[in-house]
Amino acid sequence: MGGPLMAAIGESYSRGRTVVEERPFEVLVGLAGLLLLFDLVSGMATGRYSVSRIGRFVWDGLMYGLIIGLAGIGLSLTYGILQFANFAHGDYITSGAFMGWGITYVIAGWGSANFGHLLLVAPQGNVTGGLLEIGITSTPFAVLVGLVAAGLATILLVLLLDRIVYRPMRDAGGIPLLIASIGVAFALRYLVVLVYSARTRGTTLRQPGTAIPLVDGSLLVDAHDATLLVATVALMVGVHLLLQRTKLGKAMRAMSDNRDLALITGIPTERVIRWTWIIGGGLSGMAGYLMVLWTGTIDFQFGWLLLLLIFAAVILGGIGSVYGAIFGGLVIGIAMRLSLVWLPTGDFDLVAAFGIMILVLLLKPQGLFAGRTTA
Amino acid sequence: MTERPDLRTLASDLLAADAAKIAGLMLAIYVTYILVGVILGYSPGGMVNTLRRLTFLVAIYSMVALALNLHWGYTGLFNIGVAGFMAVGLYTMAMLAKPAVPTGGAQYAGLGLPIPIAILGGVVAAALAGFVVALPALRLRADYFAIVTIAFAEIVRLLYTAAPFQEFTIFGYTTGTGGGRGLLFNFRDPMVGLYELPIFEGATAFVNRFIEFSPSQAQAVLYTAVLVVVLAAYYLLLKRTGESPFGRVLKAIREDEEATNALGKNTSAFKIKSFMLGCALMGLAGILWQFRRAGITPSAFRPHVTFYIWIALIIGGAGSNTGSILGAGIFTAGLFEGPQYLRRVIGSQISVGQPPGTFADAVGPMFALNFQPIVAYLFNNMLTLQFVFMGVVLVWLMQNRPEGLLGHRTETAAAVPLRRRSDETAEALAREETEEASDR
Repeated sequence: MGGPLMAAIGESYSRGRTVVEERPFEVLVGLAGLLLLFDLVSGMATGRYSVSRIGRFVWDGLMYGLIIGLAGIGLSLTYGILQFANFAHGDYITSGAFMGWGITYVIAGWGSANFGHLLLVAPQGNVTGGLLEIGITSTPFAVLVGLVAAGLATILLVLLLDRIVYRPMRDAGGIPLLIASIGVAFALRYLVVLVYSARTRGTTLRQPGTAIPLVDGSLLVDAHDATLLVATVALMVGVHLLLQRTKLGKAMRAMSDNRDLALITGIPTERVIRWTWIIGGGLSGMAGYLMVLWTGTIDFQFGWLLLLLIFAAVILGGIGSVYGAIFGGLVIGIAMRLSLVWLPTGDFDLVAAFGIMILVLLLKPQGLFAGRTTA
Repeated sequence: MTERPDLRTLASDLLAADAAKIAGLMLAIYVTYILVGVILGYSPGGMVNTLRRLTFLVAIYSMVALALNLHWGYTGLFNIGVAGFMAVGLYTMAMLAKPAVPTGGAQYAGLGLPIPIAILGGVVAAALAGFVVALPALRLRADYFAIVTIAFAEIVRLLYTAAPFQEFTIFGYTTGTGGGRGLLFNFRDPMVGLYELPIFEGATAFVNRFIEFSPSQAQAVLYTAVLVVVLAAYYLLLKRTGESPFGRVLKAIREDEEATNALGKNTSAFKIKSFMLGCALMGLAGILWQFRRAGITPSAFRPHVTFYIWIALIIGGAGSNTGSILGAGIFTAGLFEGPQYLRRVIGSQISVGQPPGTFADAVGPMFALNFQPIVAYLFNNMLTLQFVFMGVVLVWLMQNRPEGLLGHRTETAAAVPLRRRSDETAEALAREETEEASDR
C-alpha cells in the first residue's frame, strides 16, 4: 500500500539530493532567503517588528524599484541590442533630470529670478524649489512640462553621443565600447558640474498626503509618491504597447538575437538602434526627473550612484528583457529597503543591494527572464 | 660572410630601448616642468617639490597600472574595482599598525604591530580580497566580471564609511575603520631609521648650502626615491612573471581560455593566482600611496582612482609593462597635473579677468560677442574641465588607438634567453629554409 508513496518520496528525495550536491551554493542562498522571509512574517505576526515600519520600507522600496525599473529598461535594451554594458547610463539620468528641472524652474519661477539661473536649476542657492513652491499639486503644469522636457532633452543628448562616440565603434566589440562608455560617463558627469555646479539643492515643496492606517501605525503617502507611481506605470505600459503592437519590437528582438541575420533579412539595423536609444534615453531622463521629484533633492552624482542598482536589476531580470528590468528593479528596490529590518543604520542598504547583484551574477548570470529578450 | 646582427646585442638593444623610452619620457616631463617652474618663478626648493610630487605620482600610478596590466593585459581579467583593493591594503595596514592604546581625541585603537608586519598584513589582505572576488566570479563573462569588481569596490568603500565599523571589538581586540571621518596615522614612521643615517643628514646639509631645503622636504625626496626602487622591483617582478611559463599560460588564457583548458592547463587556478598577485600589488601600492599622509578617509578610494589607472594603462597599451609606466607618466604629467600647471602658467602671463559665478552668466555675454566671461569661467573651473578632458581622451583612445602606445607588441615567449643560438644552428636553419624553398 505504502509502496508507490514510498517510491515517490524516495525519488523526490534522491532528486533533492542531486540538487543539493550539484548546486550547494544556490540551495544555501535559497534557505537563507526563506529564513529571512520566515523571520519577517513571524516577527510581524508576534509584533516583534513594527508592521507600519515594514510597510514604510516596502513602499519606499516600491518607489525606488519603479525608478530603477524605468531607468533599467533603456539599459537593458541597449545592453541586449548593442551588446555592451553602458556605464554612461547613470549620467544620462542625471543630465536628463537637470535639463528637465531647469525647464520646471523656468516655468514655476518665471519673472521671480534671473532666467539663466532658473534654467541652471539655481546653481547659487538664491532660489530653491521650496521658495518657488514647486510640486505636483502647486505647479502641476511646470512639473509635467519638465518631465516631458527631461525625456526629450535626454533623447537628443543620447542620440548625439551615439553619433559621436558609439556609432564609429559599432563593430568594436563589447569591451572597447564599455571602456569608451566609462569615458563618456566621466565627461558627461563633469560637464554637468561645469554647467550646473556641484551644489546639492532642494527642488520641491512638501506635498500634502494621506495617511493609510496600518496595524500599529500608518503609512504616509504624499502626492509625489502617487505621481511617481502613476507616471512610471503609465510609461512602462506605453513601452509594452510600443514593443508589442509595432514592428519595432519584433525588429529589436531579431537584432538582439543576431544582428547580422537581422541585417540580411532587411531589418534597418541603424534605425532600430536609433529607436533603442530614443526609448532608452527618454525613459532614463524621465526616470531621473521623477527620482528628483520624489526625493526632493538633486546633485550631480545621483545617477551614477543609481547605476549599479540599475545594473543589478537588469542582470537579475535578464539582459535585454524589458519586463525583466522592471521586475528586477522592483526586487532590488524592495530588497534594498527591507534589508534595513535586519541591518543597522542607512549605510548598509546599498551594500545589501550590491550583494544581491553579486549573488545573482554568481547564481544565475543569465537572469530570471533569460531568452525572452525585449518581450 | 655577411655581417649578421648579433642576437645578443639585439636583445640588449631592445632592453635598452625600453629603459630609454621610460628615461626619455621622464626627462621630457622634467624639462617641461622645470620650464614651467621657471615661468612661474619657483624657488629651487619649490622646483624640487614639483618634480618630486610628479615622480611620486608617476611611481604610484605606474605600480597600480603594472598590477592592472597583469590582470587585463596578461590574463584578460577586466578589473574595474582597483580602488577597492588599494583601500583594503591601506586600511588593513593602518588598523594593524595603529597603537593599541588610543591617544588623543577621535582616535581609534589598532593592534599596535610593527610596520613591516602591518604592511605584509595589508598586502595579504588585498590578495585575500582578490581571492574572495575571483573564486566565484571567474566563470563570468568579462563585462559581468567588471560589474562584480566595481560593486566590490563600492561595497568596500561603503563598509569603511559605515558608522557601525567606526569602532568595534573582535576577538577581544578593539579596533575600527574610523567611519566617514577616517583614521589618523599616528604610528612611528619606519623611514625614520633612514632619516637618521649620517649619509642622509650629510646630504641634506650639503644641499642646504646651495638651496633652502628643509629636512621634511629631504625626507619626502628620500621617500620618493624609495618608491622608485619599489617601482623597479614591480617592473622586474612582472616582467619575469610575464616571461615565465606561468605568464605564457596567462597570455594563452587571454587569447583563448577554452583552448588553454583543452591543452590541460587548469585555467581557473592560473586566473586566481594571477588575480591575487595583481591585487596584492595593488594593495601595496595603496599603502605606499597614502603612507606619508597624516591620515586616510574612505573618499580617497572613489571610483576615480580606478578610472585614472585605466586611462594610464590604455595610453600605454594593455599587455606591455613598459607601456604601463609610460602611460602612467603621460597621464600624470599631461592629464592629471598638466591642466593645473597650464592654468597657473596662463594665469601668470595674462589676466583672464574676474570669472562669473554661474555658467549662465558666462554664456549670456557670448550673444553680445563678449567671450571674456566664458573664458574666465572655463579657466576658473579647470579642475572640472580636466575630468571632462580625461573622459574625452579615453573615448578618443578607444576609437582611434585602442592598443595604446605599446600594446599588442610581439613579445618573446621563451623563458630562456634566445641569444644563445650559435652561428652553426642559425646556418643549419638557413640551410633548411633554402631546402624547403627548393622543394616547392
